[in-house]
Amino acid sequence: MAQTKSKKIPLTGDQAVATAMKQIDPDVVAAYPITPQTEIVMYFSNYVANGQVSTELIPVESEHSAMSACVGASAAGARTMTATSANGLALMWEIVYIAASLRLPIVMPVVNRALSGPINIHCDHSDTMGARDSGWLQIYCENGQEVYENTILAVRIAEHKNILLPVMVCQDGFITSHAVEGIQLFDDKKVKEFVGEYKSAHPLLDVEHPVTYGPLDLQDYYFEHKRQQSEAMRGALEILPELFKEFEKTFGTKYDFIDTYKLEDADFAIVALSSTAGTARGVIDELRGRGVKAGLLRPRVFRPFPKEKIIHALKNVKVVGVLDRAESFSAEGGPLYTEIKAALYDSNINPLVTNYIYGLGGRDIFPDDIKKVYSDLGVILKDKKVSNPINYLGSRE
Amino acid sequence: MAEKKKNWKEIPIGGLILEAGNAKEYKTGGWRTFRPEKNDKKCINCLMCWMYCPDSSIKVEDGKMTGFDYEHCKGCGICASVCPVKCIDMKKE
Repeated sequence: MAQTKSKKIPLTGDQAVATAMKQIDPDVVAAYPITPQTEIVMYFSNYVANGQVSTELIPVESEHSAMSACVGASAAGARTMTATSANGLALMWEIVYIAASLRLPIVMPVVNRALSGPINIHCDHSDTMGARDSGWLQIYCENGQEVYENTILAVRIAEHKNILLPVMVCQDGFITSHAVEGIQLFDDKKVKEFVGEYKSAHPLLDVEHPVTYGPLDLQDYYFEHKRQQSEAMRGALEILPELFKEFEKTFGTKYDFIDTYKLEDADFAIVALSSTAGTARGVIDELRGRGVKAGLLRPRVFRPFPKEKIIHALKNVKVVGVLDRAESFSAEGGPLYTEIKAALYDSNINPLVTNYIYGLGGRDIFPDDIKKVYSDLGVILKDKKVSNPINYLGSRE
Repeated sequence: MAEKKKNWKEIPIGGLILEAGNAKEYKTGGWRTFRPEKNDKKCINCLMCWMYCPDSSIKVEDGKMTGFDYEHCKGCGICASVCPVKCIDMKKE
């Protein structure tokens, strides 16, 4: 069963990604540095320079070029990776969609950072949340260990023959990317065996079997290609559990679409992505000590959206507070909130739900903020109604 | 020109084209409003039409212009325009 991992080694989230990339040893990495992702490429460049990987590293002049080079390399048949943050992701936008629509299994660690403007380099999820409709799978990681493991897992997800979609592996800028944690690494050989060799079904470099990537696709077939993409994303909901199982068998860590904490008997649940979940756990322990039935739901996979899992996890919860580290400016709350509410509409459960936009531009979220949310949820249960569906947690009102 | 189009399960993913030189399977003749017709008596087989046709729709055998590929000719009229003896007429479909 569980394979041995190394002793805990002090690594930042960025170093954890670079280490995973070293073990994966992709054929091509094309990247441009941007805070707080820079260290990923910086450390990985060292591995290239030292001959520790056989990767062709393409230092490009912008993120638009980085993703363009990745598309070319992936279409050629190479296992391809890049990494970015915030404005870098925004600059590669056009090609981000093209990578997904050409069904290229590129893996991109994204270090979540606020999008400008005003210019800010700290954590929020506005960058990847903006890309939630781009056709990429999205995994949100709570800590460095998860970032490390999911970067490895993402390779197999992206390249699965019935998925063939690119994957973003997201971690919180600075909070995770620059904080040093004890991280246990897998054996190089085990990682190599797990990721295997990438064999593209239609590599451009196979001159015996010429193939055209990216031709004009008009009213007569474009829609069918989008339909295939929808089906691949929906299919990922069926395939991911197999890969989670194989990962667990190989490395001993059990993954699922969601992670929960003391949710089974909870009256009050917070839903939050990534590192905020850690803060919530501490608060939950304290509240439980005082008899408050508090719990946590942390979606790990946001694309595809694991609706059934979420509904099932919330089935006994009376009041839900959804924490969004991104504002979608829909005037109807953040992206996680609107999707969870939509999922609940055709479920047979009907908890009261409220939304908190928080942590924008790296604004810290403290245990007291989380306590305030649980306290609000208590008031909502007492009143049996949500008076303020959209709240701004930590903003000076 | 109505052909049965394939559904999303029957086509390669990602818009890929898996064979080379298959553009000829895409019949563009249906786009035509005017069709070129040739007056054989006037044609001097200079093959100016063949050189100028943007869709390779002028048929040639043994150095002689033998007609049009109406499955692909879009009816642009360039052949009629460049013909030095004006032996090609554009007739409304």
